[in-house]
Amino acid sequence: MNIWIEIAVSALLLLGCSFALIGAIGLYRLPDFFTRLHGPTKATTLGVGSLIVASMLFFAGSEHRLSLHELLLAIFLFITAPVSAHMLARAALQQKVRLVERTRGQPREE
Amino acid sequence: MKRLLPQPGLSLLLIVMWLLLTNSLNLGQLLLGGLLGVAIPLLCRRFLLEVPPVRKPAKLVSFALLVLYDIVIANVHVARLVLGRRDRLRPAFVEVPIEIRDEFVLAVLSSVLSLTPGTVSAGLSPDHSRLLLHVLDLEDADDLVAQVKTRYEAPLLEIFECSPT
Repeated sequence: MNIWIEIAVSALLLLGCSFALIGAIGLYRLPDFFTRLHGPTKATTLGVGSLIVASMLFFAGSEHRLSLHELLLAIFLFITAPVSAHMLARAALQQKVRLVERTRGQPREE
Repeated sequence: MKRLLPQPGLSLLLIVMWLLLTNSLNLGQLLLGGLLGVAIPLLCRRFLLEVPPVRKPAKLVSFALLVLYDIVIANVHVARLVLGRRDRLRPAFVEVPIEIRDEFVLAVLSSVLSLTPGTVSAGLSPDHSRLLLHVLDLEDADDLVAQVKTRYEAPLLEIFECSPT
């Protein structure tokens, strides 16, 4: 395999892992339920995205064939992540989960 | 034909997905994919949303690229906020008035908003006229509303054939 492809694959793997890790750190560090939702919906999408591109590059470089089923992972992730975040947020609103006090524009009581 | 294939686009998408999933293009998999493409829409037709026709395909492609670009930007942005100082965060709820009436397009809009600029869609008012967003770090609510409307809602309204009310 070409050295440049190897370098690109490694860089993408490292980048993807870092973003996945940052998403996890966000889940731990952010102050309340709603802010924690942002970690898994954002940072991890780019993390998984980089891993997917790395995998496609790797198979293109090592076996000289186009591997496209990684794209399905991306599609499923992009569909499921926002939907699950939305469901979690709605459930939390109904349960009146505690918010950080400085949260502005608190939703009206229904 | 209409009864057997209520949504030809969805059927085609399912076949392509099946071929991607099996990572092959032989006749057997093609037939199996075709079977799934017919069977799944038929079995699920009661709870499938009606997808409005795409009026401007070129615009759809450029919108998809814009969203991909914004996802990258939003990721870097959120990563910096996560690693930055916690007490500097300015979380907030913002309500955005929504002009989109079509359920499918509305679902697309709220998914895009969850994936992109530091917002997670958190709820919809019962009459579907306002979308509640949670923002991780809000600078100015009016700016955000304006950005959502011009950057995401307007193109979606233009792409899909649905009249704003």
